[in-house]
Amino acid sequence: MAKLPLQFRLNGSDRATFVDPASNLLDTLRRGLGDFGPKYGCGQGTCGVCTVLVDGEPQLACLTLAVSCEGRQIETASGMADGPNLHPLQDAFMEHFAAQCGFCTPGMLTAARALLAKNPQPSREEVVEAISGNICRCTGYEPIIAAILAAANAPGARRA
Amino acid sequence: MLDLRTCASLSEAAGILSGDRQALLIGGGTLVMRDVNEGRLTEGTLVRVTDPAFRQMSAGGARVELGAGVTMAMVLANRDLACLHAAARAIGGPAVRTMATIGGNLFAAAPYGDFTVALLALDAQVVLQSGYGSGRAVALEEFLSARERGGQGLVTAVQFARPQNPAEFQFRKISRVKPKGISLLSIAAHLPLSGGRVAQPRVAYGAMAPTPIRARGVERALDGKPLDHTAIQLAKQAALEGCRPATDAIASEWYRREILPVHLGRLLAGEPR
Amino acid sequence: MTTMEMRKDLFADERDDNLNVVGKGVQRQDMPGHVTARTRFFDDHAFDGMLHLKVVRSPHHHARIRAIDTSAAERAPGVKRVLRGADVPVNKNTLLSLINFGKDDEPSLAVNKVAYKGEPVVAILADSEAQAQAARKLVRIDYDPLPAVFDVEETLKAGAPVVNETYPGNYFEYHERFDHQKLRFGDVERGFAGADIVMEHRYQMSPIEHAPTETNGSIAAPEQNGRYVVHSCAQGLFFALGTTAKIVDVESNQLHFIGGTVGGGFGGKVDSLTEPLAVLGAMLTGRPVRFVLDREEEMLYGSPRGAERIYIKDGLMRDGRIVARHIRSYFDAGAYTRLSSYAAIKCTAHVPGPYWIPNVASDIYVSYTNRCPSTAMRGFGVTAVDFALEVQMDRLAEAANMDPMEFRILNAYRDGDMKPHRRAAKNTALVECVQVAAEKANWPLSEQAKRASSLLGGGAGERSQIPATQLDARGQIGRPDSRNGPVTQVLPAGTTRIAPSKQPVMEGARDGRAAPTQVPRYEPQRPAAPPPPAYQPAPPPYQPPGSYSPAPVHQPASPLPASPPPAAPAQTQHGAVRFSSVFGTRRR
Repeated sequence: MAKLPLQFRLNGSDRATFVDPASNLLDTLRRGLGDFGPKYGCGQGTCGVCTVLVDGEPQLACLTLAVSCEGRQIETASGMADGPNLHPLQDAFMEHFAAQCGFCTPGMLTAARALLAKNPQPSREEVVEAISGNICRCTGYEPIIAAILAAANAPGARRA
Repeated sequence: MLDLRTCASLSEAAGILSGDRQALLIGGGTLVMRDVNEGRLTEGTLVRVTDPAFRQMSAGGARVELGAGVTMAMVLANRDLACLHAAARAIGGPAVRTMATIGGNLFAAAPYGDFTVALLALDAQVVLQSGYGSGRAVALEEFLSARERGGQGLVTAVQFARPQNPAEFQFRKISRVKPKGISLLSIAAHLPLSGGRVAQPRVAYGAMAPTPIRARGVERALDGKPLDHTAIQLAKQAALEGCRPATDAIASEWYRREILPVHLGRLLAGEPR
Repeated sequence: MTTMEMRKDLFADERDDNLNVVGKGVQRQDMPGHVTARTRFFDDHAFDGMLHLKVVRSPHHHARIRAIDTSAAERAPGVKRVLRGADVPVNKNTLLSLINFGKDDEPSLAVNKVAYKGEPVVAILADSEAQAQAARKLVRIDYDPLPAVFDVEETLKAGAPVVNETYPGNYFEYHERFDHQKLRFGDVERGFAGADIVMEHRYQMSPIEHAPTETNGSIAAPEQNGRYVVHSCAQGLFFALGTTAKIVDVESNQLHFIGGTVGGGFGGKVDSLTEPLAVLGAMLTGRPVRFVLDREEEMLYGSPRGAERIYIKDGLMRDGRIVARHIRSYFDAGAYTRLSSYAAIKCTAHVPGPYWIPNVASDIYVSYTNRCPSTAMRGFGVTAVDFALEVQMDRLAEAANMDPMEFRILNAYRDGDMKPHRRAAKNTALVECVQVAAEKANWPLSEQAKRASSLLGGGAGERSQIPATQLDARGQIGRPDSRNGPVTQVLPAGTTRIAPSKQPVMEGARDGRAAPTQVPRYEPQRPAAPPPPAYQPAPPPYQPPGSYSPAPVHQPASPLPASPPPAAPAQTQHGAVRFSSVFGTRRR
């Protein structure tokens, strides 16, 4: 089966690759383009560790047909920091101990980023809802919720 | 190896689907890509539709028509569809809702498919297109009973009449994990009141049978009666009629049968979950 | 952030307060990597020409393999190699063979039979994951289904199907002598005979999946000079290295394991589920090989915390004192041992819970069933029995008509109490834990219970004694008639067990056979030095609340064997020797 060409913008840079027709976005990002930020956790849309932003909206890369991303803007946790300057969510996650093993962290950050972009001052309930598709098995959710709420109040949190 | 066909028009996709038994429509990917990822689906053709009509929403009037490619997030962003917001919010987390489509939900096996339960209580019709011909509308209930056999063609849209009084339409998903958990069961009820009495109610369940089903016993028990304690008791007694729930990782058949009348009673009485 | 309260008022004189880290927030060194997504987990490594390995698993719980046909899979697009049991150099292993414990019983790829649903039989290596998955469907395996057994007690009965031919009795063999792990202290039967109330209950726990967000997996790639680099999810990296070296039959210095960054483990990443086949694949193809379980495999076939069934029988006095406790427990190992043999030892070391009881016996079995092999998980060996013990404690409190908190305070170990394992309890704190928990929950406690202390009343009188102990030879291997045998011996009071001290500990047996374990011997308890001055002056004994009993310390209600003159409190034995829970030997 012939591979298909695919181009999109990844974390602000134009990228191009070739994919198998039924490839998902996760394999394309990780093995095609070397962005190991999104993780494989379930392949079935249950765990959220592969959460990425497609044109600003959260999507699960493992269930996203890669070719459907032609010409789109993809953002992952790997591109959240502005050079050496961390995104306010990243600072808040560090400050609040919102990671233990770190495996859910990129997906959590991305889900939280999607929330704050639309809703800069979320309630606790809205934060819970925003990360309800992301499973953490270590720290528990409380430090993560606290971190997101803290980032929402931090200056510069609205930076997408 | 899996092949992919990208179709710019609905009729092209419908043509491929009716001509190739190994062709499968991929919408948001939440069902099909899972099978691909887990190695269950290794041969055939995935059909992808880019036709804007597939994602069109006509929600302003009394008759609502939603393209099968409309996502849960799109439903939630549309104020005219407030009656479906509870059902749309019951589907996955935000990322799943960006992807999951109304059409896909019609094919989700129990205990998934909660949005379809709401559509069933709204007496929705499914617009099907076979081959290159024009679409035909069939009752959702009829579509669901034939779903297992397959080969009904391409689902292009769903249609329903907007409930005249939004308060008369209720949806509840019962799950152990909140806010996002897989259904123990879900209940949707459209209970129009006329002169203080329920007139032609429609009640539907999810996860109480292989597909969403109508609760005909409940509908009969409520029809023509005021929604009082007596009617609710009768409805609860008739709640399990036609139910064939599964035992799965979420709940046992026994448990589902036990809790259904309880949650139905609470919904009808306007009590919290 | 979760608040933590330092209770410096408790045990103040046992602790110097020059703590630099405890009680303070300290940034973790791996946190910047986590929040920037730069942390590299095992799968976050790119290799050119990497192959993907997928295994074909048994659809049967128990079946003989009649024939395997991989020819169609070998011809499938992208397939570079198909592995079968015969390709695995040492196709039988048990994890704890690295410390000479137990017999090799588990193949990497099943050969003659499968013993659980999901057991790997054939491995396929292909250019892409999709190709490996497609080729997996082309493998034809002809099975002859066998009767299966799933219950931990049914499997021990005569005539049950043999799950694991290495252990034909369907039980793990302890010390090559017993079908269970045994603990005896005093005489429980006499304790029951003299008790006011005897209560027995059955408790069960289902298997629990760790469900780490990162599934088990590894990537192995040829390095130079015949070495292989392995990126692994293993929780015990050198354990995985040793296991892999044994199975693929290379010296361990040919393997370069990189890991330690684990996407959630909880005990589920100690079994080396993927490393041996990934390395073998890399050796046989000369290509990097990635073997990652998908979520369904992780949930169904990644080993869980094993199921357990526990029977607890207690003898209780109306004043709330527990005078005898017998625990019989069955660990469901699944089809192969993995770490269950160790779980039973931990369980034995934990009974009878944090309570001083003068007569204790336990028989802990490891049963083989046709279920997925079970393994470590957070406190395994202890968690389920603790659940059972604490539910039992609530029931006992109710039977004694006592408040459950006060009941625990009454029966809790105090410093200096003799445990059934012939060690004096030290640094006990259950009394204080219950007091603080009651305070936080606004749970009313009597004044006596509030005044109780772990430092008061421990080791008083018989509480520091090793009673005369009934021994039996029940469950001796090779003697099925001995399952219900009579008492064979009475050890005089004061006798403590010593174990052979010259046991080799870390010499890996390359043939996989454990070195013979020497049978424990016994010797009289040695006199110990007086207790350290920190606990002076000797406090008055614990005064229970009026509703309990006037007795200040436990007085046996039944005429138990007379104790020898009180020995000095035994806590100074601590520190003098270290105890290895696997061997029962002192570490060198």
